[in-house]
This record gives sequence, C-alpha cells and structure tokens, in this order.
Amino acid sequence: MMASSYNAKEEDGHNSGASNNGGAGVVKSKKPDNTAFKQQRLPAWQPILTAGTVLPAFFVIGLIFIPIGIGLFVSSNNIKEFEIDYTGVDINNPCYNCAKNFSWNSTTPCVCSVPFTLEQPFESNVFMYYGLSNFYQNHRRYVKSRDDSQLNGDQSALKNPSKECEPYRTSEGQPIAPCGAIANSLFNDTLELYHIDSNGTRNTIPLVKKGIAWWTDKHVKFRNPGGNNNLTVAFQGTSKPVNWRKPVYELDPSDPENNGFINEDFIVWMRTAALPTFRKLYRIIQKKSSTTPTLPSGKYLLEITYNYPVLSFDGRKRMILSTISWMGGKNPFLGIAYITVGSICFFLGVVLLIIHHKYDTRNNSPDIPN
Amino acid sequence: QYLCAKHEERRVRANDREYNEKFQYASNCIMTSKYNIVTFLPVNLFEQFQEVANTYFLFLLILQLIPQISSLSWFTTIVPLALVLSITAVKDATDDYFRHKSDNQVNNRQSQVLIRGSLQNEKWMNVRVGDIIKLENNQFVAADLLLLSSSEPHGLCYIETAELDGESNMKVRQSVSVTSALGDPNNLALFDGEVVCEPPNNKLDRFCGTLYWRDKKYTLTNQNMLLRGCVLRNTEACYGLVIFAGPDTKLMQNSGRTKFKRTSIDRLMNTLVLWIFGFLVCMGVILAVGNAVWEREVGSLFQSYLPWDPPVDNFLFSAFLSFWSYVIILNTVVPISLYVSVEVIRLGHSYFINWDQQMFCSQCNTPAEARTTTLNEELGQVEYIFSDKTGTLTQNIMSFNKCSINGKTYGTDPLDFTPFNPLADPNFCFYDDTLLESVKVGDTHTHKFFRLLSLCHTVMSEEKSEGELFYKAQSPDEGALVTAARNFGFVFRSRTPGTITTTEMGRPVTYTLLAILDFNNIRKRMSVIVRNPEGRICLYCKGADTVLLERLHPCNQELMNITSDHLNEYAADGLRTLALAYRDLSEDEWEAWSESHRCADKAASCREDRLAAAYEQIEQDMMLLGATAIEDKLQEGVPETIAVLSLANIKIWVLTGDKQETAVNIGYSCKMLTDDMTEVFIISGHTVQSVRQELGSVCLSLSLFSLQCPPPSPPPPPSNLMDNISGEFALVINGHSLAHALEADMETEFVSTACACKAVICCRVTPLQKAQVVELIKKHKKAVTLAIGDGANDVSMIKSAHIGVGISGQEGIQAVLASDYSFSQFRFLQRLLLVHGRWSYLRMCRFLCYFFYKNFAFTMVHFWFGFFCGFSAQTVYDQYFITLYNIVYTSLPVLAMGIFDQDVPDQRSLEYPKLYEPGQLNLLFNKREFFICIAQGIYTSVVLFFVPCAVLSNATQSTGVPLADYQTFAVTTATTLVIVVSVQIALDTGFWTVINHVFVWGSLGLYFTIMFALHSQTLFKIFPNQFHFVGSAQSTLLQPVVWLTIALATAICIVPVLAFRFLKVDLKPQLSDTVRHTQLVRQKKRKPVGRSVGGAWRGVGRVSEGRLGTRGSRRSGYAFAHQEGFGELITSGKNMRLSSLALANFASRHSSSWIDTLRRKKHSHAHTPPSASGESSPPLYRLPLLFLAGE
Repeated sequence: MMASSYNAKEEDGHNSGASNNGGAGVVKSKKPDNTAFKQQRLPAWQPILTAGTVLPAFFVIGLIFIPIGIGLFVSSNNIKEFEIDYTGVDINNPCYNCAKNFSWNSTTPCVCSVPFTLEQPFESNVFMYYGLSNFYQNHRRYVKSRDDSQLNGDQSALKNPSKECEPYRTSEGQPIAPCGAIANSLFNDTLELYHIDSNGTRNTIPLVKKGIAWWTDKHVKFRNPGGNNNLTVAFQGTSKPVNWRKPVYELDPSDPENNGFINEDFIVWMRTAALPTFRKLYRIIQKKSSTTPTLPSGKYLLEITYNYPVLSFDGRKRMILSTISWMGGKNPFLGIAYITVGSICFFLGVVLLIIHHKYDTRNNSPDIPN
Repeated sequence: QYLCAKHEERRVRANDREYNEKFQYASNCIMTSKYNIVTFLPVNLFEQFQEVANTYFLFLLILQLIPQISSLSWFTTIVPLALVLSITAVKDATDDYFRHKSDNQVNNRQSQVLIRGSLQNEKWMNVRVGDIIKLENNQFVAADLLLLSSSEPHGLCYIETAELDGESNMKVRQSVSVTSALGDPNNLALFDGEVVCEPPNNKLDRFCGTLYWRDKKYTLTNQNMLLRGCVLRNTEACYGLVIFAGPDTKLMQNSGRTKFKRTSIDRLMNTLVLWIFGFLVCMGVILAVGNAVWEREVGSLFQSYLPWDPPVDNFLFSAFLSFWSYVIILNTVVPISLYVSVEVIRLGHSYFINWDQQMFCSQCNTPAEARTTTLNEELGQVEYIFSDKTGTLTQNIMSFNKCSINGKTYGTDPLDFTPFNPLADPNFCFYDDTLLESVKVGDTHTHKFFRLLSLCHTVMSEEKSEGELFYKAQSPDEGALVTAARNFGFVFRSRTPGTITTTEMGRPVTYTLLAILDFNNIRKRMSVIVRNPEGRICLYCKGADTVLLERLHPCNQELMNITSDHLNEYAADGLRTLALAYRDLSEDEWEAWSESHRCADKAASCREDRLAAAYEQIEQDMMLLGATAIEDKLQEGVPETIAVLSLANIKIWVLTGDKQETAVNIGYSCKMLTDDMTEVFIISGHTVQSVRQELGSVCLSLSLFSLQCPPPSPPPPPSNLMDNISGEFALVINGHSLAHALEADMETEFVSTACACKAVICCRVTPLQKAQVVELIKKHKKAVTLAIGDGANDVSMIKSAHIGVGISGQEGIQAVLASDYSFSQFRFLQRLLLVHGRWSYLRMCRFLCYFFYKNFAFTMVHFWFGFFCGFSAQTVYDQYFITLYNIVYTSLPVLAMGIFDQDVPDQRSLEYPKLYEPGQLNLLFNKREFFICIAQGIYTSVVLFFVPCAVLSNATQSTGVPLADYQTFAVTTATTLVIVVSVQIALDTGFWTVINHVFVWGSLGLYFTIMFALHSQTLFKIFPNQFHFVGSAQSTLLQPVVWLTIALATAICIVPVLAFRFLKVDLKPQLSDTVRHTQLVRQKKRKPVGRSVGGAWRGVGRVSEGRLGTRGSRRSGYAFAHQEGFGELITSGKNMRLSSLALANFASRHSSSWIDTLRRKKHSHAHTPPSASGESSPPLYRLPLLFLAGE
C-alpha cells in the first residue's frame, strides 16, 4: 500500500534515464529470464489434420478392424451353445407345477425334469451356466447389502455385521452369517444332467464344481472365520440367512473343503451381475478323452430341484451349455461390430478422399493469398 | 461545497488526550489484514462458503451423509472439496501474511510526537488523534494532519501525493496564519485549539472544518491538511495536529475494494453452469419418474429378495429419494475442479505475461505485469481501445528538432555539444553542426534567435551546484526550447522578479525584466520586454505562426515567405512549430506603453480584455527571426502498433485532454488519421443545437456514402445501418461538444456515428467524460473495451473499461494501481492483445469445451445405466474412480492444454492480425459450441455404456467365467472412458510440448497404476470393507475381449470426430488453420522464414511514404500547452522559492478544478445559454492563483 520508493520527477523536456543511469550497477534488472519455458518457446510437435495423415488413418483402421471382425465372427460361430428355459411359466413346461406350488416353508423339494436334445456334439470342455432374467442384482440397495469384512473371516464382523446388511443383519437376535440381501437370495436350485443313450438308460454326467469362481475371490476375498477346520464351531452364535434351508457351513455336504464362505457356488453368486439378465457359471463338464466328444449329440435330461422362485417378479431361469474359444463364449456382437466399424472407416476414407480431391481449397504454397 | 453536516462532526482538541479519548476515535494502527491465527479457519471457511459453488458442494456432502440417499461414499465429494478449499485457504493465508507484514512495517514506523512539551519518538500505531507531530523532510505523513506551522515562510510546506492520487508533482499546503507563528515545540505544547470538522470520508480534495482558538474561529480547508500517504518535500520540518488517524484517514477510506471485474467467458460459464444445473434436475426428474414406475411395476414384486429400506413404504417416496441420489451421482457434470482449473490456467497465463521478455522495457527496467489474474482471455476479445494521448501514445517529451533562422533551415545530423559548451545538457540531441558553426561564428541572427529562446519564457531554474541546472517548465515544449538555447550557448541561469540572468557564449549577462506579456489561448503567443545591460529595450515574442506572422513589420515579407515554407515543411513532418520575432523598443515607446499597461492592469472591470488590448498594442511591427520545430515524441512503435491493431479490427479511440490541434496532429503522426481518409469530421459545437446539427450533418454525409440514406437526425439511424459503410472516416470531437453528445437523447446517434468512423479522437475531455465514453460503448455496443492510460486522469476510464491497462511511465503510479495490466510502452499492447490475449482466449475456450465434454462423457453413463439397474442410482464406476477422475486422471492433460496450447506461433499472429477476429466474434466458445461439446459428450457416454454392455453381457473369460459381473463392467467402462478422453485431448492439443506428453501419458500411466494399487490384495487385506474391487483390474484387463471392447468403443467415439474435423479443416479452413498449414509447408520446403514480419505492413509503409502533401488540419500545430503561463507569478515576486515548486502544483490544481468547472458547466448549460466565446472557453483555463495571493 505504501511503497516507499521515491523517484525524483524527471525534468520536463529532457529524456533523462536518471533513475537508471544513477544506480545501474545497484538496480537489479527485472528482465524476465530468457528460458524457452517462460518465453513459451518450448519445442513442440504441432500435428495438423491433413489429408496425408487422416485418410491413411481411416484406411488403416478399416484394414485392421475388418480382419479382426471376421476372425471374431468365425470363432464365435464355431462355439456351440445350448440354452433351455426351465422357469415353468408355460403349462406345458415340466416345471410348471413346481413353479406354481412353490412355498418357502415346504420341506420336500420339488423336482422336475426337462428333456432336451443336442443336435451337434459338444467338443472339449463344456461349461454349464444358470441364467436369470429380470433379476436386479445390480440394484444399488442390493449391491451394497453385504459385509466384505465378514466374508473375509473377520470375527468381529461375523458377530456384528455391517449396517449395510439391513434388513438381513440379524435374525432372532443372532447375527446372520453371511448377512445381507445378496447372500440371502442365493440361487439354490440344483441342476443335474443325464445323458439318455440309445437304450433309454440315464447316465449321470459328472459335473465339476471346482474352479468356477475367480481365483482372487476364492483365495483372498472370501475366507472362513478361524480357518477351515470345524466350521460349526466357528459359526456358532450366528444365524443362517432367512431364505436358506441350511446354514452356510453345510452348503456342500459332499466336500468339507467347499463349505462356509468359500463355497464356490456362494462366491459366484456373491459376484453381482452388471445387468438384470445374466448368467453365472454353475458347473464344468470336463473332457474325458480326446476321441469322444464331451457331450455327444443325442437326448439329455435336465433334472432340477426347484427351490428358487422367480415368477413372483416375472423372472426367468435358464440353463445354458456352452463351449468356449480363445476369446470366451459365443459372442457374435463383437465380430459384427468390428466388421461394421472397419467397413465404415474404409468407406469414410474413400468418401473423404473424393471430397478432398473435388473440393480441396487449400493450396500448398507457403504464403497466404490475400 | 462548504456545507458541513452539523449533526455528525468530529471534535479534536490539541494536546488533550483525555478529552479526545471520550470520542473513542480510531487509533493510528491500521489493519488491512483479514485474519489472525485464531480467526483464520472459521473466517476463511465462512468466506469460502459464501461462494455458491462451494456451498453447493457442501450441500451435496450433507446429502451424501443420509444413508437412504447416499449413492456415493462421502469422500467422493469431500476429497475434491477439501482440495479446493485448502488451495484457496493457502492462497488467502499467504496474501494475508504479506498484509500483516506490511501492516507491521507501517505501524512500527517512527514519528516524533509532542508529549508534554517535548518531542518523543513514538510508533505510528501509538499516535492518537489530537497529538501534535513533527514531520521532517522526505518523511511520510503518519496520519491526516492539520498543518500548524512549518519551517518555511508563511507556514507553507510542500508535499508529494503520488501515493495518494498518483500525481508525482508537488503540491503546496499552508497553515492557518495564526498557527504558523507557533514555530517551536514549546509554543505548540501550549496550543489548545479545538478543531470541529466533518466526519471521516474518502474525498481527497476537500476538507471543511473550523478551528476554535482563543475565542476565535478560523475556517479550515483542504489547503491546510496533510494527508496520510503524502511525503513531505523541500521543507525542513513542519508540525501538524492529528485529525484523522488509522482507518479514518482519507487514504484508508479510499482503499476500498475495487470493482471486481468478470470476463464475458466467466459470465457465459456461469450461465452454462446454471443450465447444466437445470439439465441435472431434468435428468434427476426423469430418473426419479423411472424409479417410481420401476418400483411400482418391478421393485414391489422383487421385495422377496430385496425389501424396501424401512422408511420407504411406497414407490413415490422411493422416487423422491432416488431423485436426490441421482443429483449426487450426476453432480460431476459441474465438477468443483472446473473453477479451480480455470483459476490455475489464468494464473499460468498471467505468469506468461509477466515473463514475456518482449514486453520488458530495458530502459525503465519494467517488465509487463498482469495485476489481475482473472481477465486474461478477455484480452483476446477486445473490440474497442480507448487510449490516452500524453504519456501513452506520446512520451510527453518534446525535442527541439529543427529550426529556421533567417530563412535558413537547420537540423539533420547528430551533434556533440560538450567540447563546445560545458553547460550543455547531455541528453539534448540536435542534428546539424552547421547551426553550431553559425553560433560559433557569431552570426547575429542566430545569436538573437537563441537569446530570444533563453529570455522569452516562464521557465524556472534550479542550480544545485555549478553547472547542474534543472529547469522547471510549465509545458515540456517550453522546456525543450530553453534547453536548446542552453545547449547552443545561451544558458538561462536564474531569474528574479525583475531580472533574468543568462550566460551567453560563456559570458554572464543580466537582463532587466520589464514585462511578461503572458501566453493565453486566444493570443497564442507570449512576449517579454527586457532591458539589456547596455540599456537597450527589446521585445521578444514567440507564438503560433498564424498569429505572429500577421504582426510583422512589412519589410519581412520575403523572409516570411521562406519561413512559411519551412513551417509548412515542419508541420508536414508532424512537428509542432513556433515563430519567433523581436522588436527593438525606444525608451519613449516603452514608457508610453508601460503607462497604458499599468492602467489596464489596475482596471477594475474587463481587466482581461484591456490587458489583451495593451499587449496587442506593443506586439506590432516585429522583425521575424525564424521558427522552431519541436517534435512531440511518439512512444516507440506507436504508428505500427495502431496499424496492426486496426488490421485486427480493433477500433481505437483517443481520449485526450489536449487541445484539438495537438490531438489531430498526433492522430496524423501515429497514423490513426491518414490523408487517404474520405473525410475527417470535426464536431466542436458549444450548444445542444449546434452539436445536434453537426452530428446530423456527419450522419448525412456518412449515409451518402453508405447509399442507404437514413433520414438525418431524428429518428437516429440504427447502428447496423451505419456499420457497413464503405470509405474511411474519422471523427474529432471536442470535450464541450461531447458533454452534449453524451446526453441521453443524443447518445445513440453519437454512438452509431462514431462507430461508423474508423478513428475517433475526443479532445479536451475530462476524466469523467473519458469514463462516460467507455460506459457508453459498453452499454450500446456490448463489446469488450480496453482503456489504456498513464495518468491519474485516466483512472476513471481504466476502472470502467472491461480491461484497464496502465502505462507505468512518469506520471505516477495511480493509473497502474487502478489497472489490470501494466507495462511501460504502448507498443506492448499489440503483443498483449494479439499474442497473449489471443492465446489465452483460445486456450480457455479449448479448455472449457474439452472440460464439459469429458464430464458429460463421464457422468451420462450413469444415466443410461439407470435404465438397467432399476433407477436405483447405482454408479457404473468404482467410487475411487469417481473421486479421482476429475482431480487426477484427467485434470493434468487438460490443464497443460489450457496453459501451453498454441495454434500459431506468436510472430504469425502479429503478422496476420486477422487471426484476432474469432475472439471478437466470440466464435470459439459460445452457446453453440457448448452444445456441440455436450452432444459429443453424450454421444461418447452412449458408446461407453452400450458397447461394453452389448459385448460383455454374453462374453466369458477363457476359463468360462462370465464377464458380465458388475466389477468387470465397471473396470472396462472406466478404462474405456479414460482412454477415449485421453485420445480426445490428444486430438485437441495442437501444441505438444514435453509437458503435454508427460501429462497425457503420465495420466494414463497413473490411471493404471492407481487402479492396480486400489485393486491389490495388500490394500484389501488392510481394509476389507473399503476395497471391494480386489483382483478386478487384473482379471479384467487380462481378457482379450475387454481390450477388443476398449478398442471398438474408442474407434466408435473418435472416428466421427476425426472425420468431422478433417472435413472442417479441409473444406472451410479458418485463417488459423491456413496459417498453421502454411507453417507446415514452409517447414517442409525448408524455406527461410526471413520475410516473416511485415507481410501485413507493406500497405502501412506505403501510406506513410506517400504522405507529403500538407493539409490545413495539420498545419497549425504550435508548440504551447493550452494553459496560461506563469508570467503573473514571476512578476509578482511573492516567493521565488515557492514558485519553482508551485509550478507543478498548477498543473494538478488545474486539472482538478477543470473537472469541477466542467461539471458545473454541464449542469448550468440547461439553464443559461453559453457564451459564444470563440474556440476556447476561458473559465476553464483561468489559473487558481488565489491561494498565493491570500494572506
């Protein structure tokens, strides 16, 4: 505010640089530094959109995308996929009765069998999925309704689950393990697959239930409280989720290593889907020998223990059998999309080339005509 | 004017602290700082939350704390908010720290206070109202003081008020006569007068109060006051009574906050942000309605798996909550970082201005300074420049350039005077040694010529030591003439009321000064009558050629013709000319005239007229000596700058206090006016009718050229008709006509006329009028205005223009203090506007376009996802990604573009001033561009959501695990988004410096690094509840399908943009595209770019060379300021010491009274018809000599 410098008023009529001449040695020059940065002269690459750069780019994109698209399309077409809806909406559906008469309290499971025929043999490993439609696993309240600490084996969270789990946090005064809406709504239909050979006999097809979950989920994210030994003790003082028939430590009676939070079916369910129509890996049918197909063509029977009601909210349940290739399952969209985009790029390139040649207003002289 | 508010007054009794304490006046401790350590946090936060944006984010934060609404974790808002708040807080704290420091420094200054009869040193802050302070020479005045006595006679003292009003000249203050006698401390200690005066106010030029002492009343005025901020000069010591202290002083009362200026981009941005809020609410409503429908149709049935949260009992309430949830999620369309980024970019641009070497003036060691950091991009949109003349266009330096002596013209080569004359002024330059030869030879005419110059003037001299002469001249051109005489051996040494002492060719001579026939505006000449040591009486006269040549002796006819030719020649070069003549007087003639002069002088009525008649009588039959030509030096590069700026379609108006001839002259010399112009209109009417008539005729002749013939005067032609007029016109308007033209009923007509002209010069305008003109254009043209000036009289204009530029020159610092940008040369303006302004505008526009684009692309994905997740306000991305997207992943590349981008190099934008036009037309960022950006953003968001959606819904990993889980989808979309916006910024960036590379690639790298870190097992093991995404990055990004999706989405987003841009550049290239392209071609052809600067210049050069014919308008530039001289002061001989200092005072008083007079005049005009007083208005130019004559 009060700068205290005083410069004598320069004499009128004289061009005296008095303030400078007097103390040139003393006065520090305020000249800004002559650096490329401060003078905004940093060396720089200045790309310009010219026909020489843009048009080839379009052609290159086209030429790259189209072959990729074709490759994807072909490999997707080679994948065999079979899908069957067993919800039981239709009166002709074998599961119609099960679906109609479902009640949460019934003790005897309802079983229905759906026969189907595979027209083509499925080579190599076959993956068996269950699919749900109109099931909003991505709803905000659903997604957050879990306690990852509890699922990670944290003792305090086991006894005192997170508030996010409400209203599936406690039941009859005891904390629910695993808590929350996701766990509560665990898909609990049991699917079994039989091959019916030419004689009409049913051969059980062995279904592998290991390796259907993410590695990190199985080994890092989900852990049983107090290790894997004696889960009954570990889960003492907790209550099973309301909809469940069995507690979490009895999920897989056949394999004691697959119980508690690290049950793979449970882990798969807990990985919520992004869209209301989704499929989840259920079982793997492993290839037995190199000569016979994993699933030869012919008649099959799908036997469902119908535990999971979806009709109330107009949901659908499916069973899907699929083989996979290097890029995963059947996915015709990606190939078509690539071919389309590639062709459009190529086409655009041609159109732009024509426009450029016809209407080019730019001259290549270094001067600008006025 | 002398009405004091009786009900509110201040009473101060000298030397009576107890009495004064009753009133609890403010102490002299000033506090400009806002905070201390304790209050900083609450006060600063309170201030910050007064910003709408901050409050808005606080509101969002509170929303997020409600669990039913919270769709995002609290930290997604609090992290950016805290960042913004802390950055601002740090800035405020540093500012305040420096204020504390300067406050401390000022408060701890020492001053001598008279306490109980003795002088004691006290800190400033301990000085109380009613104390008597002793001030010594060159000390700052500690508070507003009533001057009691001083060491100088008559209780006078001199002050410099540069800190206060920016005028660097000295002013005189005088104490009331009764107190001036109280010379020493002992008497003063007994002084117990009581002052009753007005309460504190901010009027610098007025004070009214009364001193009661010993039962008598004395009126006090501003003449008796020393204000805080002044410096005592040339006065040994003085005593003053503290009237106002600390915050009550006029200085502090005046340091109110200056009006906060906003740029048009700012305003547009605020409008757009409001629109976006509207858009946000619409989105919220749509999604809430969706939520209501969904909850009713699906959600209520789905309750067996997902029951409603306890407070929610129906779908409507759920929809209401979902609205707020979506407001939280979608708020990122207006991210808080927008405001911070804009500030950072502007700060960067300001630093570039400060750092620019090409705007550094090495002579005065001043770099350019951006004093405001908020206006930079508006520099790229200026349409009107209002410029001061003196000190801005011109250097206010007059140099004696040429002369014609006895029919011979001199002045071409540089000369060294020192061997010839040791008393020479080293800074004087003259270019002709033949003149020096003729002086040495002793040519009578030459000697007479310089003798006249050394005698006929009103300059005061000050000789500090032998040979070190300083001249104080009333006008710089007079100083130049006396200096010229000095250098040619006729040195003016000193004067007394009755004598003038000179050194002629090394020989001291003392002349008796008999009379000064002073200059005034009607006479346009001045004369002195002196008696030389030999006793001969001689009249020396100098004046405007038109006046002087009429009064010559008939025998001069031949010489007069030659000299006239020379004068024409000089005038054609834009020089200011004077003719010189003398007349030998006999003793009788002198006696006779002297008698009549005395008579006239004593006349009670019509003194002026009678004096003028007396002068007229003696200034006859003179012998012509020659003529001088003085160059009113333009600042360096002024014509070139003006030419470039007008090529850039910027209209330049010169607003000057100078008289019409000088202004027009300068207009020609700086190429604003050219001979190629179709017509130069001059409006100089004194009455409303005449001004209206003149304007009407200008309109008429303009419309003749436009061939659109709007009817003359009422109704005024619409401005758009006037805009497209072929032919170049210029308008010169006088201050007194302007006063009428600015009145409400004529202003539209005036604006449309003036704007149709290529150049407008307003002369003799007051500071108030300068501001009025600026306001007028702001009001009627909706254009960005820039005012540039250097003096205190430009402050009002600088403050009212959109952008104020101060020339840090010689006229004090007031203009600089009021300005937004300051530098020391007018020519830097072209660089400031065409380079820095243009770049700033371009960068800001590109920044804003991209910024809105990237946030819409980011946010709108949630909107589309809403349709698939039951409108539940589920986010698509991980919450950490949402937190970091704006502040880490995408902030730096766009900042780098906003700070460093260049479309064409600086020299090219000076070379092609037309490149400036997009800014004026506001082409780069307007509502249309905004919608394009938004549309592009929305398109991108559609692609970003639906492509991964379509691909992933069926895809599986190679292990058979489906990819359609939420986390994979989130990671894929986020990665695609980051890549797409990075590619987009790469396309937008036109100037890839190292920093851009580092930031763009670095941001991408940072994204992957942070993502992998956040999805790592280590972090999950520590906080299992916070990092749900463990392992997602790895398992997602290892899938080829994901990468194919990313590539596909990127191609779909970018290819149309690329094609569109290519077509635009290829078919409808902008000038900048063409310049860029030619740059590329040049580089390819490896042509030397030697002839770069000046492509646009050739035309200008031609004009200047072609201009040789003379015109009447330029002819009569004569070298005198328009003020009356100091003749009366000198001859009165009241106080010679004072006079030399008082000179400076005249100028300043003059200017202030000038405003008042004009204001009064403007008001009175409505009632009284103004006198038809030719071309000058005497009341304006009468000097206020009263204060000297008083007492």
